Amino acid sequence: MIDFGFMWEALKILIAGLPLTLNLAAASILAGGLFGLLITIFAQTGGRPAMVIANGYVFVFRGSPLLVQIFLIYYGLGQFRAELQSIGLWQFVREPYWCAVLALSLNTAAYSSEIFRGAFQSVAAQQVEAARASGMSGPLLFRRIIFPIALRNALPAYGNEIILMIKATALASIITLMEVTGLASKLIAETFRAVEVFVVAGGIYLALNFVLTSILSWVEHRLTPHLRPRPDPLPAKDKPLHV
Amino acid sequence: MQESYFALIGFGADGWGRALLIATGMTCAVAVAGFLLGSAIGSLIAWAKLSGSFVLRRIGTAYTTVLRGIPDLLVIYLFYFGGSAALGTVAGFFGADGFIGMPAFVTGVLAIGIVSGAYQAEVLRGAFLATPRGEIEAAKAVGMRNWTAFRRIIAPLVLRLALPGIGNTWQLVLKETALISVTGLVELLRQSQIAAGSTRRPFEFYLTAILLYLAITWISTLLFRRAEARTMLGVRRSI
Repeated sequence: MIDFGFMWEALKILIAGLPLTLNLAAASILAGGLFGLLITIFAQTGGRPAMVIANGYVFVFRGSPLLVQIFLIYYGLGQFRAELQSIGLWQFVREPYWCAVLALSLNTAAYSSEIFRGAFQSVAAQQVEAARASGMSGPLLFRRIIFPIALRNALPAYGNEIILMIKATALASIITLMEVTGLASKLIAETFRAVEVFVVAGGIYLALNFVLTSILSWVEHRLTPHLRPRPDPLPAKDKPLHV
Repeated sequence: MQESYFALIGFGADGWGRALLIATGMTCAVAVAGFLLGSAIGSLIAWAKLSGSFVLRRIGTAYTTVLRGIPDLLVIYLFYFGGSAALGTVAGFFGADGFIGMPAFVTGVLAIGIVSGAYQAEVLRGAFLATPRGEIEAAKAVGMRNWTAFRRIIAPLVLRLALPGIGNTWQLVLKETALISVTGLVELLRQSQIAAGSTRRPFEFYLTAILLYLAITWISTLLFRRAEARTMLGVRRSI
């Protein structure tokens, strides 16, 4: 029943969408991660009004579907063509690519800022105290102590967010971008072989996510040597033979 | 002369208020049905992943890995096009031919149920692993059979621990319903698209859709917080 010849053809067609999927994900993770970090720093240092603004931003972008946010930017901003043309932004807003990157970035920024907030709050007060006691303050304290520890704390949750973003790029296909899911839906519509195309497209995403998860757990392993058991100084010599 | 925003989304002759509210109801209906299906699937998968059988554990792990690793949109396409093709084949036996569309509501509920089942399975499994072993042993010690112990002891404990995670998956499900609009089901996003197309005011309508989604998430956050407070009544808090 399963037509492997067709699936091989489908793989060749769908893999052509992989660069765009990766491009969308990388661009929005970079821009969104940076923006999320800015939101966190803004909320933590700007006092009460900054906190309210940041919480509002997070509530809006986490509480509504990404697809509506994409539509609001892609179709909604078209209504302000004259204004956007006068400030020279129209050439970006009319491109589905830039709209998708903008929507994905704004969306992941909201999730990332929550992850970073938790990570900063989990930096132990003693470590900050120790740094202050040895004379660090301000940017130096942030760069040497708070930021590296927070980064390490944020990594598991941020890894999840990266995987979610890879999956979220599929929505860009709805505003005509031909990444893996876009090509898959086109192929299904042409051939009516939903199951085979689904298996191939799903396989591409699974492989991608598997590679990413492996890289992330390697990085996590490298960043947490203090959590690993110490190597046995006397291997096999201080243990009974039979346990 | 453009209509004012409030005339546009109001309940007057040219207003879209009524249509948007009905569509919001449809969004909630798909979300609730899909979420309940997901709970049933999630319980089964969690049970499989916790069972003693190697094969069942493998099946459960494969299910959660695959469905959490691929975009939801692909699953929706699978059910929409695949379901239609299957229906067409079945109808072919009875002499009908041509394209038979899978009912959009059914597609939506199936797709959402199957995806959220994977997430709920992980939440339930985590909650089960976090229940104190002593309580289950105590239930056995006083002579409860498997089913009685499950109903009286395990299920309430698991639900209490799982509730925050279940709340998160509910929010995911709610936002996922927006994707069902690609099948043509007139839920909130699709209705906004229709309204935006016919009035050429996409910005106002998509903004309204976002506000309505926010209202639903906000209300459900409040409800889940109350439910959590209720399940925690019998727990002594250390902090």
